[in-house]
Amino acid sequence: MEAATTSDRTLFVHGNQACVEGALYAGISFYAGYPITPSSEIAEEMSLRLPASGGKFIQMEDEISSMCAIIGASLTGRKAMTATSGPGFSLMQEALGYAIMAEIPCVIVNVMRGGPSTGLPTQSSQGDVNQARWGTHGDHAIIALTASSHQALFETTVRAFNLAETCRSPVIVLYDELLAHMRERLILPDPGDLPLVERLRTFVPGGVDYRPYLARSDGRLPMSDFGGVHRYNVTGLFHDMWGFPSTDPTVVHELMHHLHDKIVQRTNELAAYRQYALEDADTVLISYGTPARSAMEVARKGRENGHKVGVLELETLWPFPSQLVRDACDNARVVIVVEMNMGQVRDQVRAAVREPSRVFLANRVDGEFIKSKDISTIIRLVDGHGV
Amino acid sequence: MAVDSYIRKRFFPHIWCPGCGHGTVLNALLRAIEALGLSKNEIVMVSGIGCSARISGYVDVHTLHTLHGRALAFATGVKLSRPELTILVPMGDGDALAIGGNHFLHAARRNIDMTAIILNNRIYGMTGGQFSPLSGCGIEATTAPYSTIDHPFDVVELSRAAGASFVARTTTFHVRELEKMLIQAISHRGFSVVEVLSQCPTHFGRRNHEGSAVDMLKKMKQATVPLNSGKLELDCGLIPRGVFVDSDKPEYCELYADLVARKSADDQAERVAADARNEV
Repeated sequence: MEAATTSDRTLFVHGNQACVEGALYAGISFYAGYPITPSSEIAEEMSLRLPASGGKFIQMEDEISSMCAIIGASLTGRKAMTATSGPGFSLMQEALGYAIMAEIPCVIVNVMRGGPSTGLPTQSSQGDVNQARWGTHGDHAIIALTASSHQALFETTVRAFNLAETCRSPVIVLYDELLAHMRERLILPDPGDLPLVERLRTFVPGGVDYRPYLARSDGRLPMSDFGGVHRYNVTGLFHDMWGFPSTDPTVVHELMHHLHDKIVQRTNELAAYRQYALEDADTVLISYGTPARSAMEVARKGRENGHKVGVLELETLWPFPSQLVRDACDNARVVIVVEMNMGQVRDQVRAAVREPSRVFLANRVDGEFIKSKDISTIIRLVDGHGV
Repeated sequence: MAVDSYIRKRFFPHIWCPGCGHGTVLNALLRAIEALGLSKNEIVMVSGIGCSARISGYVDVHTLHTLHGRALAFATGVKLSRPELTILVPMGDGDALAIGGNHFLHAARRNIDMTAIILNNRIYGMTGGQFSPLSGCGIEATTAPYSTIDHPFDVVELSRAAGASFVARTTTFHVRELEKMLIQAISHRGFSVVEVLSQCPTHFGRRNHEGSAVDMLKKMKQATVPLNSGKLELDCGLIPRGVFVDSDKPEYCELYADLVARKSADDQAERVAADARNEV
């Protein structure tokens, strides 16, 4: 796959390549994956780039093994990632839970197509938002990020790698097929322009008792690479600070709280977003991914015509930024959530705001892009102006 | 170094039932590691879920206790990432060949350098005695109260067909043979499989009237012969033991390194050509 290059650092590429460029910028050195539309270009590009940059690429036999392989690679100290779409993401869920429980930094990209099941392989959707949150079993917290442009996707991917290291957690990058296959400009930041978080390794010397699951005062857990001087156990069972399985109620209780709190207590800090004309907006559009582009167009046109329309574009979907959403909607007459599903984020918004009855949904679930007209029609209806 | 120096004593007592064959396999494995003079820091043991998978916790190496059936997939990530490490993957029969069957086939196909040890007791022990894909026909199990009608896999033939470059089979009765085979398997460059027929007196033995652990061990002695034995022709019910495959086949991580070297050489040649063009 050749990228059309306009200059050394300015590219004209599709979204999947923007994601790959972000991962490479962040320092990925291990990719495992299984082909699936509409994410396959990520694997193709990785197979081209990683061997040339000292990294490892492997095409696995399915998606769950891909997820398992990146966990194994991450334990040896590498920044690792896999990419897939809905059916493959379903297959990965058990291993995703393992990465949560064993606190393994890694990045999972899910390019969303229509579902359930095989669904609409070549068309767009945002139907996997709740799956990203609750796809794997058991209580857990998760970080899921998204983006609406190639530049933002690049930065989001870098951020995903950073958060994976900071939180010792898998981080999910969700974006829709439209973003994946649309081509637009991407300006590659120079090295150093975006901050990178590297693996936090323990300073405990060999021969001294290293506790892989003992958090520092700032909540971070220094790691030791497999193959290094510390030999410890990693398991998907509830475990003590040495990684040994435990059913001790105190140990179980504390680990559950640790896994939850390390992410949920940082909800506001993790909340990435963009906003447009929110200050005095009486109509607030909340959106994410490519639908946010249409929401922006509606707001711009609305403002030109004297309507007080604003946009809150979410770039962090999980943990859901309830506080941010509540504050943004406090003075709104109507809140319209624009998304390509049956209201997955709409439900979160309703739960977050003080007046849930003011929250409406402008959606499409037919694989087609949500156009600005789709949104303005809903605004007219809600305002009582008919179509 | 004494064998017990490879043990994590604080992990004991172990979870296995009295008479279980898995401890015998652990013992042979530790002796093999000791005989090979491997450093603890260069060994990664990856296991899935089940009685056999608990081996990993008891050994003082890098240990990764993973998901049911997926140990080889995790192990593949570790190995490709750090090819210099020695990877050992103890698995149960259900773990390796029911839920993990696909990963087993593909790890064998790639011929990635690791040792899969299949502790075959023909039963799901940890969950209470359900039949496995290696139980075979006519076996009583908690999910086969009228006895099994499922045909079993032959681990040796399956491994050979999938591309494993070292395949051996023995039993927990033949402990010295087991140790020797493990030494060979771990030394082998490529995907090696050692099937160990092991006894589960608690679930398999009790339900199938095979008696005590000692009775089951005696039965394994009687039911198996070396693979070059003439008795095999006379009695087709006998199970052959020995090294069935020991072949020299390119190993996956080495092939990956070759690929990288090839790419690097191509890039170098291209740079030289570009420089030459610029000079003209």
